[in-house]
Amino acid sequence: MSKHTVTMTVNGTKYTREIESRLLLVHFIREDLELTGTHIGCDTTNCGACTVLMDGFTVKSCTVFAMTANGKSIETIEGVAQNGALHPLQEGFWEKHGLQCGYCTPGMIMSAKHLLSNNPNPTEDEIRWGLSGNLCRCTGYNKIVEAVQYAAEKMSAEQEQDA
Amino acid sequence: MITGQFTYFAPTTIEEAIQLLDEHGFEAKILAGGQSLIPAMRFRLSQPGVIIDINGIDGLSGIREEDGNLVIGALTRESMLEGSHLVQSRYPLLADAATVIADPVVRNMATVGGNIAHADPANDHPAVMLAYNAEVTAVGPNGARTIAIDDFFVDFFENAMEDNEILTEIRIPTPASNSGGAYIKLERKVGDYAISAVAVQLTMNGDTCIAARIALTNVNPVPMRAENAERALVGMTVTDDVIETVGEEAGAECDPSPDLRGSIDYKRDITRVLTKRAINLAIERAH
Repeated sequence: MSKHTVTMTVNGTKYTREIESRLLLVHFIREDLELTGTHIGCDTTNCGACTVLMDGFTVKSCTVFAMTANGKSIETIEGVAQNGALHPLQEGFWEKHGLQCGYCTPGMIMSAKHLLSNNPNPTEDEIRWGLSGNLCRCTGYNKIVEAVQYAAEKMSAEQEQDA
Repeated sequence: MITGQFTYFAPTTIEEAIQLLDEHGFEAKILAGGQSLIPAMRFRLSQPGVIIDINGIDGLSGIREEDGNLVIGALTRESMLEGSHLVQSRYPLLADAATVIADPVVRNMATVGGNIAHADPANDHPAVMLAYNAEVTAVGPNGARTIAIDDFFVDFFENAMEDNEILTEIRIPTPASNSGGAYIKLERKVGDYAISAVAVQLTMNGDTCIAARIALTNVNPVPMRAENAERALVGMTVTDDVIETVGEEAGAECDPSPDLRGSIDYKRDITRVLTKRAINLAIERAH
């Protein structure tokens, strides 16, 4: 067994911890940092409930060793709302009933955030494609697509207003 | 599920990584994207004593054209292929594959080199690279050597590299004019392995096929070329009858295993159908 020092920035805060080499990123986030918004679903790289952003790209945090994230910047669902205001995606999931049990939602929102950062006005097909690494067993996906469309429209409108 | 215990190294140069491999030999595994290795370790199908994480080595990632080849660094993420204008505009067979490997989140970590080095007959890049007649570069203590892709997949999950070698890049010859390619995969759902998939790369002269390579995914214990199918295509004026024969040859020469994805007969027949579709699409793209 080997112990290592890992340092990473999570939701803007820098953390340094002593960890075992086999610790997975999702366990580091949930157990060492006590950020339990990131869920463990299938544990087999399928469902995407554990999706977080690593240097701006979505990854399944159950399939990344925490050591590989050394020096990187991580964003989890806890970092999405800013100054107490829900992100348009969170608002969209609320308004459009994009969740029932809510288990997949943190991962869905992180994947949707990544999608919208690359493609601010996606078509329905592009949304479905962009979220195809995240499974939901409740909604049948239609309401999730509507939630992402809501967010895309709101974010575009906000950007126009800023400009 | 957590993995077994291991000693972890994160070298920052290739030389350092090779030295570690040389020292630890069979006990050590290279960690690239980890999207196959980490699940295998969690299921305890693989219990390496040493992990050499190469994610911190600069210069192993990137896509460029050089000396008549498309050169792909081994650590290039699958999602970079999707985002590469070069790949999308000039290498349609590779572009097709890049959108059907695993799922969009996995593709942000998964690497092209890992997909090949893992030598899993269910992975998508082996067939793609066989169809392209690619080469890989393996670097070891005695320097770099080139391995033709036809010689690379030697057995079930076994490649032609030594224990102390690292795959550093893949080179795909830039296709001649009037060439086209296609990868068609049938999967139960996004993220699943192929029921069957077919990679075709061919060159046309009018209606005559003057060169073709066809390779198959997940219907054989080792990634394979469908050589009987190729022979039935090359030199022929391509008609529907010819394409039907090529499809039948591919279905007959593979050796699929029955599993949850289907019976042997079903997989052979799907391979026949996908071969026909891939040839038709490749010809369309060649013109």
